[in-house]
This record gives sequence, structure tokens and C-alpha cells, in this order.
Amino acid sequence: MKLISEEKAMLAGEQGKATQKAMEILVALGTIYDAECLVPVTSVQIAGVSYDNLGEAGLYFLTEMEQGGGKARVLTTLNPAGMDIENWQALGIEAEFAEKQNLVIEAFARMNVITNCTCTPYLTGNVPHFGEHIAWAESSAVCYANSVLGARSNREGGPSALAAALTGRTPAYGMHLEENRKPQITFEVGADLNENDDFGALGKVVGEKLQSMEGVSIPYVQGVGGATLESLKSFSASLATYGGTALFHMEDITPEAGQFKPPENSIEISQGELISAKAEMTDGDASNADFVSLGCPHLSIKEIARIAELLEGKQVVKEFWITTGRPTKQIADRMGYTETIEASGAKFAADTCCVVAPIKGRFTALVTDSAKACYYASGKNQFQTILKPFDDVVYAAIGEENAK
Amino acid sequence: MNWQGRKIYAGQAAGEALVSSMGISFFGGVDPESGMVVERDHELEGQSIAGKVLVFPTGKGSTVGSYTLYRLKRAGKAPAAIINSECETITAVGCIIAEIPCIDQVPINELRSGQWIKVDGERGTVTILED
Repeated sequence: MKLISEEKAMLAGEQGKATQKAMEILVALGTIYDAECLVPVTSVQIAGVSYDNLGEAGLYFLTEMEQGGGKARVLTTLNPAGMDIENWQALGIEAEFAEKQNLVIEAFARMNVITNCTCTPYLTGNVPHFGEHIAWAESSAVCYANSVLGARSNREGGPSALAAALTGRTPAYGMHLEENRKPQITFEVGADLNENDDFGALGKVVGEKLQSMEGVSIPYVQGVGGATLESLKSFSASLATYGGTALFHMEDITPEAGQFKPPENSIEISQGELISAKAEMTDGDASNADFVSLGCPHLSIKEIARIAELLEGKQVVKEFWITTGRPTKQIADRMGYTETIEASGAKFAADTCCVVAPIKGRFTALVTDSAKACYYASGKNQFQTILKPFDDVVYAAIGEENAK
Repeated sequence: MNWQGRKIYAGQAAGEALVSSMGISFFGGVDPESGMVVERDHELEGQSIAGKVLVFPTGKGSTVGSYTLYRLKRAGKAPAAIINSECETITAVGCIIAEIPCIDQVPINELRSGQWIKVDGERGTVTILED
């Protein structure tokens, strides 16, 4: 791989130990994936922020990088942490965990990373434009940034994203190269798509089909009549979770779709398949569930406004977490949504989410509208899951499952 | 016997080979404190990778696995070196942050558990010292 003189200096340790380690990571990845060079990036999103996932070793590594003089050279934001940084007590997080989590956040802050902890950085100020080279590590956000925004990112891991932040570079392979962004298979959707859970189910069906095929990873999706920011973030999260997908094209909706003809190799997706996928993600009963959460990926302000409308004057009967980024929560505060929601007994969980918070063993069954949340709740936390449309999740929280 | 592979991470090590024909998921598949392989039905299940020259085709699973290699190193239970057919991101990043010599593009079906193997990460060479 060709390195320019500044990159060689970084690799030789002339810009400190942390920068050297970062460059070693990038050069090794570039070597493995046959990159010709490194490409400058303008934005980074780092995963591996929750202490629940990092553990003591992860914290030690981050501390070592920070003490080795690591400083982010480009706009860098963080994935959700394991707790609401300002209000962790209300979520039942233990003090010992909070202390460790704060050390993680402080180490990032000292490396000049913006400690906005969200899986939807594109909602709050980290918004790459079309064609921009970035290095993001949150799988749902990578899929959204590549597909919906037309930016260019590989699916980074926590350390490789940090390496990109500390050097301002990433190896030029995969999604960074135009020729690797072509669709390889068409999915013709013959099903109704309205709610987040519909789009999540579609992501699971498409993702699992891609996983079962060799050498095919970029789908061209036809037949989606319309989509919102919220439904696209649900689809991106589910497709990335079940398919490991970095990029999709959606006819008449995503910006690069128009450059391509739909691949001739085509698969139809029926209403029945979406119904089956939803059934696979539901193995419990909402009335017996003890945990309800919306915000996987993190909620938009529009979604929070809807929750406030539905909870007005009601009382929740289950633990109900509303998960979002801190800046979005602050707008909800100003609009009075927070007051309405908290008056119902529901809890805001900003900076965190039900995937990365240390809640294994605390609950037995989760009601959600998120296909991605179902995957992690059943695997990582061994909860039963109940997948429902957005409004019905709120009804479940107030014990009015049959309100509609 | 001698092979020329590709450098992933520098450093020299020698040790007893532990060879797997299956991929390894470090996160969830290897206990980070003891170095024991705990993945159910894995051909190395119940064996320790600590101090071994660990040979397997490629890594798999969660990217958090890089931190598992780092944790193993801190616990003194890391492999002495890693040899892959094709290295991928999780193993490569784990070896770099944990400073474990790592080479790939070596014909691993020529290697057997129990052999004494020397790895030179910088040169990308693998040598069987003792069969």
C-alpha cells in the first residue's frame, strides 16, 4: 500500500504512540483488503462505547490510546453508552457501572471526540453529504449513510473507527470505491409497507436471503411506494443486523438507485413473508411483558412528539424506555413532550438504548417496534420479544393492547 | 519446513501449534480470562489457546472479538502468535492492539497440533522447528 510522507511519519511513531497504533491498524486492514492507499475522511462514528460491551480491557485500551496522545483530527461522535449519562439512577443502573462508563466517556472526551452518544449521528450534527468518505462503526448508521445519504463508509469496528479518527484516514477499499457500489440482486417487494416494524421485517427478509447467498451483498429494492426518515432508519438497522449489509439501493428513494438498472437476478417478496418474519420475532405475549422500549435506532423528534400525544393523560403499567440522542431529548424538553411523557411514568433514556444497557437478567420480555432490538434482546439478553407497530407499543406500555 | 506468508502484525514467537479447521469467534467463543475455547461444538472446545501458536482459517463473529484478544493478553492467556489462511478485520485489529505476531496466506492444512512452530511476523515466515 502506498503511503504519503505524513502517513509514513505517523507509522514510524513521529506523531506519538496512539497515532502510530492507529496507523498500524489502518495499514493492516489496507493490506488485507488490497487497498492501494489511504483516503482522507471527514467524519467518524465510533462504536464500542457501552462499558457493558467494552469491559475492563476495552477501557484500558482507550485509556492507553488517550495517554498515548491520541486526538481526533476530524468530526467524531460516539455510539450509545450503557446508560443515560445525566440520569442513570432513574434507569436502575448500578453506581459501579456508572463510574466505569464515565471513565470511558472521559477518555473519549480527552481525545477530542464529541461525546454525543447516539446511533443516529445523522439526526444530530454528524451528517455527511453525497460522496463524502467517512469511517463509521455503527452498523445501522453505516447502512443509512451509504444508502440514504450516499456517503461512503465501510462497516468499521470500534478500534478501526478510532484509528480513522486519530489519523483522519481510512484504507481505500470496499464501499469507498465506485465500482463496489453496484447492486447485485433485485428484490421486488409485493407487500404493504407502512410502519417501522414493516420495514424492519423487510430488512430481516432481505438480509437473511443475502446471508444465504455467496458473494451477493448489495440489494436493489423495488416496489417500496414511499418511505420516511424513520422507516429508512428502521430498514437500515434491520438489514445491517440480519444481513451484515453496508449498502442498499431503493428505487425512486435513495440517491444512487437511479444510476443503475435493476439487476436481472430478481427475487419477489410477498406479504406472507413479512408476516412470517414478524411472527419469528414475536415469541411472547405483550400483556405479560415487563419491558417496553422505543428508539432502536434512536428516536427522531417526530417520533417523540407522537409518543407524547399518545401518553397524554395516561399512566404506564410497565417499565417503558424512550431512547434517543441527547440533543433530540433537549428539543423534547423545550416542546413540553418530556413533561408529558414523564408524567405518564415512562422514562427517557438518552445517550443509551435497550441493546447496549446492562439489563440482562432484569427483564424477561420486551415489547418493541424494532427488528434490530428483537435480535439483540433475544440473543444477548435472552428476553422474549414482541414486535408491534409503533403506536401499539405505546398502548402495550399503558396496558391498552386492544385499544385500537 | 518453511513458508512465506503475509505480515499482519510484527513480532517473533515460537510455540506449540494448536490447529483448527474451523473459524474462531473470539467474542463469545473464547473465555477472555482463561483462554479456553467455549464455543459449543467447536473442534477446539475445552482446549486453551494460551501460549499456543493458534492456527485457523479465518476469524468470524462480532467485532468486539478484537477486544477479547486484548483482554486475553492482559490476562496472560493470549496465543503466542496467530496464523490464518485469510486474516480479517477482527483478528487483525485484535493482534495489533494486543501486540500478537500474526501472519496469513499460509497453507494451514500443512500444519498440525503439537508441532513446534516459529513465527516471524515482520518477515511473514513460518518455520516448523519440531514435528
